[in-house]
Amino acid sequence: MSKKNDYDPSAMKQHMGMSAKNRISNTVIYIVLVIMSIVWLAPFVFIVLQSFRCESTWMVGYVVPKQWGLDNYINLAKTDFWHWYTNTFIMALATAVLQTVIVLCMSYTLSRFRFKIRDGLMRFMLILGMFPGMLTMIILYRILKDLNMTQANAVPGLILVYIASSGMGYYVSKGFFDTVPKSLDEAARIDGATRAQVLWKIILPMAKPIVIYTILTAFMGPWGDFVFARYISMNTPAGMNVAVGLNSWLSQDMINSRYTMFCAGGVIVAIPVTILFMCLQRYYVEGVTGGAVKG
Amino acid sequence: MAKYSDLEYLKLSKWDKFLYKLGRFFISIPVGIGHFFQKIGKGIASGVKAFGRECADVVNTFKNGDGITKGTFLVMGLGNLARGQILRGLLFLLFEIVFIFYMIFAGGYWMSMLPSLGKQGPAVEYDPVLDTYVTAYHDNSFKILLYGVLTILFIIAFIYTWRQSIKQAKINQEMRERGIRLKSGKDDLKSLVDESFYKTLLALPLTGILIFTVVPIVFMMLVAFTNYDGSHDGYFNNLFHWVGLDNFNTMFSWTGGNKVYSATFGEVLTWTLIWAFFATFSNYFLGMFVAMMINKKGIKFKKGWRTILVMTIAIPQFISLLYVSKMFAKNGIVNGFLLDLGWITQPLPFWDDPTWARITVILINIWIGIPYLMLIVTGILMNIPADLYESAKIDGASGWKQFTKITLPYMLFITGPYLLTQFTGNMNNFNVIYLLTGGGPTNAAASGASGSVGYTDLLVTWLFKITTGAESQYYMASVVGILIFVVVALITLLVYNILPSVKNEEDFQ
Repeated sequence: MSKKNDYDPSAMKQHMGMSAKNRISNTVIYIVLVIMSIVWLAPFVFIVLQSFRCESTWMVGYVVPKQWGLDNYINLAKTDFWHWYTNTFIMALATAVLQTVIVLCMSYTLSRFRFKIRDGLMRFMLILGMFPGMLTMIILYRILKDLNMTQANAVPGLILVYIASSGMGYYVSKGFFDTVPKSLDEAARIDGATRAQVLWKIILPMAKPIVIYTILTAFMGPWGDFVFARYISMNTPAGMNVAVGLNSWLSQDMINSRYTMFCAGGVIVAIPVTILFMCLQRYYVEGVTGGAVKG
Repeated sequence: MAKYSDLEYLKLSKWDKFLYKLGRFFISIPVGIGHFFQKIGKGIASGVKAFGRECADVVNTFKNGDGITKGTFLVMGLGNLARGQILRGLLFLLFEIVFIFYMIFAGGYWMSMLPSLGKQGPAVEYDPVLDTYVTAYHDNSFKILLYGVLTILFIIAFIYTWRQSIKQAKINQEMRERGIRLKSGKDDLKSLVDESFYKTLLALPLTGILIFTVVPIVFMMLVAFTNYDGSHDGYFNNLFHWVGLDNFNTMFSWTGGNKVYSATFGEVLTWTLIWAFFATFSNYFLGMFVAMMINKKGIKFKKGWRTILVMTIAIPQFISLLYVSKMFAKNGIVNGFLLDLGWITQPLPFWDDPTWARITVILINIWIGIPYLMLIVTGILMNIPADLYESAKIDGASGWKQFTKITLPYMLFITGPYLLTQFTGNMNNFNVIYLLTGGGPTNAAASGASGSVGYTDLLVTWLFKITTGAESQYYMASVVGILIFVVVALITLLVYNILPSVKNEEDFQ
């Protein structure tokens, strides 16, 4: 409302009406948001509460423990949990580094170079992406088995599977590179820089947000992978990641003795990943938004 | 439905406009399909033409070439070596030598076995050394198929390289005749970090994609035409063989004992599409709604609300999915609460009743999806020019009108391609379905179709169940995989032909 309107009684009235209406709608929105926050956070609060439950280890219909304690966390050491945790952590680190390199190579090239097979290549990768990735796990398992990279040795095999085709996920970072003006490259080229120098000295320092985004998503990938991790580790606890391992605790014959430990394990897995994510949230939001807008 | 001119269109009532648009949409579908086949036809025609041109060029090169160029037809790289391009020439020559040795010592065998996929399976034979009967293993169908595919790719690569070598011999000959200096090996290496830097950058990613995606996909597509399964694993139990289109016949037969496959496929596909539709659009509109609520002027703690939602993205999905799945179990927390409150006397069958299970997964998917959509929509909303809203306000447009006339069209336009990828992504959303329900509750009518198919199974989870099931019917998994591809590809093509959104990527730059 502009100042001028304050002199006009009818506008004044409208102003009052608007603000009253506004107040009501804002109150409604606050109520909705509070309810939403409760719904969204409840499962995580529950899982934390249940991880401290000591009176029983199976599923129960109530949330607040009757007897609090750290038994579940301590008991994790008696299982394969920390082994799975190490496996996943190694995979996440390796994937974060290698996948970032591959994705950046791919996206930078497709954004900056115009070469003969470029369009054909992009179309080809689009079509490849329409096949369910899971289809290939049968053959990948057989090949990795011949290389002795399955079951107990699943970690290197899984790293290979994660990074090998990661070049196909170039869309988001290509979108980013597309927004970096090409005149920067051209100016450096005129000054005598090679293409490689342009990438190293001009583009990469500017690409910090997208590099962090790529590292973050690559790092989070192995924590949640279920399909390949389960198939390549083939029921061998030594080769599992946390997702497969913890899921096995919820099977019919395990759930009664392991349910609260599942909760404890889940909390331990979630804490570092969540902290990392929250610290780098800004970059994630930028990446996700940019990716969706550019298609 | 005839196409109206702009003037005629503006005269229509709102309802008629809507009907008209809808009609045009459906009319455009066959046209879109027609265009698509036209495009494919044109593509094939131009491919054949290009091939003809290449062949003619090869013949011409031979006719016009001098001794060295002619020699290059046999010894690859001769045209480079004899004219001073040692590095290139040696690489060509090395490639040829490797290829010839490979074909003689390995490739020839794999190629000769490919039509039969192995002749001699494992058998119990007398072993003179051990003086007893042991199982002897002979041919390996799996390896024959895999190396057969690799050998074919190698042959294609060889033909391409051979063509390149001849092309270069011709160019070199011409340049020498005109007295132009040829590029040296040093120049070539330098250009790898400069003009041809893209070759260096792409080498690693493309090799990975070739080995871990292209070859496996080609292999698995071929498996659909074999009887490869748990009891025909190609080496230890039995060989597997080509069976032609038998598996597709099994999948699509409407009569006899195999009817269960086509019925199951129809059911699973229908649910997959329903699921993808609801999962995509419920998230989209509710996410937009939430984002607009948080963005509304006068709402405080904007960052706080967003952070609460974003936190749910940070926690690895398998934890939240598995935990929520257990929350809704018969003896889970949700039923526990409701029983305590006395609202229900019997636990609700969240996962035990087909309709309940289907609705519950869609609702839980909203819980998972809204934070992502909220982020994306917030980003886009900030990009909508503010003066659009200003002028709308001056014209007296209500909030609802502003939404339908400005926000929604803008959003749909920008996020059209994103919606499409979301839709196909949801069709293949393995984690949500598998970790929540495991595909259950089991559909008894479909139990004959390898793997225990349930009411919430998507095509991908069905594929997974077939693969990991007791019989490991890999050939059926492969058929399902190909069908998923066909469905996804058809939807993508249709939408892309209809979408008004920008298709030209250069427009963004």
